[in-house]
Amino acid sequence: MNRARVIPILLLQNSGLYKTVKFKDAKYVGDPINAVRIFNEKQCDELIFIDILATKKKQEINYNLIKEVATECFMPLAYGGGISNLTEIENVLKLGIEKVVINSAFFDNIVFLKDAVKEFASSTIVASVDIKKNIWGKQCVFSHSDKKSSITDPVAYLKILEDVGVGEIMVNDVDRDGTMTGYDLDTINKLSNSVNVPVIAAGGCKDLDDIKKVLQLTHASAAAAGSFFVFQGKHRAVLISYPSPEEINLIKK
Amino acid sequence: MICIIDYGLGNLGSLQNMLKRIGEEAVISSDKNTILSATKLILPGVGTFDTGMRNLHSSGLIEILNEAVLIQHKPILGICLGAQLMLNESEEGTEKGLSWVNGKVVLFNQSVTSIKVPHMGWNNLKHDHSNPLFKDMPENPPRFYFVHKYHFSFAETNYITSTCQYGYEFPASYQKNNIYGVQFHPEKSHQFGIRLLKNFIAIK
Repeated sequence: MNRARVIPILLLQNSGLYKTVKFKDAKYVGDPINAVRIFNEKQCDELIFIDILATKKKQEINYNLIKEVATECFMPLAYGGGISNLTEIENVLKLGIEKVVINSAFFDNIVFLKDAVKEFASSTIVASVDIKKNIWGKQCVFSHSDKKSSITDPVAYLKILEDVGVGEIMVNDVDRDGTMTGYDLDTINKLSNSVNVPVIAAGGCKDLDDIKKVLQLTHASAAAAGSFFVFQGKHRAVLISYPSPEEINLIKK
Repeated sequence: MICIIDYGLGNLGSLQNMLKRIGEEAVISSDKNTILSATKLILPGVGTFDTGMRNLHSSGLIEILNEAVLIQHKPILGICLGAQLMLNESEEGTEKGLSWVNGKVVLFNQSVTSIKVPHMGWNNLKHDHSNPLFKDMPENPPRFYFVHKYHFSFAETNYITSTCQYGYEFPASYQKNNIYGVQFHPEKSHQFGIRLLKNFIAIK
């Protein structure tokens, strides 16, 4: 199973699909159901949906929309956003979601992640870690909420998540989100080398070449991207795209 | 008309949608008349073996399914747990299976290799090219999406129509006359799943 994993991350906000830059300035890019249908056509191997409002503002999880998306989706699907207890994970899995993404940017969540792994198995639980440079230029674990994590070093943080037993860790580079300036290969390499759990790299992808680089030059197990799959050209016209199976087959891990 | 058997386990929407895209109207039902008048049946399911069997019992579906499959000989496709239930028994529970096909369901043997269970993700199949379900698969080998902790095990290997490698080779699908079972999820395996369901629809 050496096929490269190339994963679109689609951001939801009030039932619409949006794309951010550095986690801000959400721009409307279309209807999520329509996007799923296009990714079906393009034979995409997996999708990640993140509800950004449910994450930030602790809004109620939009179960109706999740069900609609899962029903349209002919590929495995991960959902993240606002999940903070075991009942919510169970509800989401019942709707036909294969994995849940849990943002772990505050320390309380470690206990919850442990319980989730115990209850639903490692392979169902993806931990998501947002990293951002602080004013001294040092990469730190970034939190959306006011509650700051007591551990800010990303490597130390990933090791804790590995001990907890999560199935995968998604690393989001906030500074590169939506900028299409390429993955931060040094950071991804350092982080993916520090744990044995598969790491999904996210943040900065511009094109297929970036995906090739992050998969071949680092130990990342999967390359995720947002803008690359929803924008076209320098004026960022909205156009959903995905590499062909032949192009993906050419990327040797 | 294809009937997707509803016994309260999992979201059957994507399966129904995939069939619709192929141009096949399918109903999701547990109604006796609907099942007995359908041309083909699909038994899906996500969950544990005992919950599955108990739900089939409590919905009064066992007799109806026995009649449709064993007497009327309707083609039936079991998916994941649905396919496991069609065998005799499972290491996952104590309930007796439907016992349509002589086989059992066993836990992945983790002592052989250091594999992690559940087996979850896309994996390649080694398939019997002459089996109607695998006709004209888009790639060789075809890939399917798996999520399971337990797998089929047969004393009579002639039922096995494909195998998959995860730590060791295990049966990924089987067929006995009109009864077809697949461990993977065609409804989550885009073009490969579409091909497999098209092939199931084409079975006479």
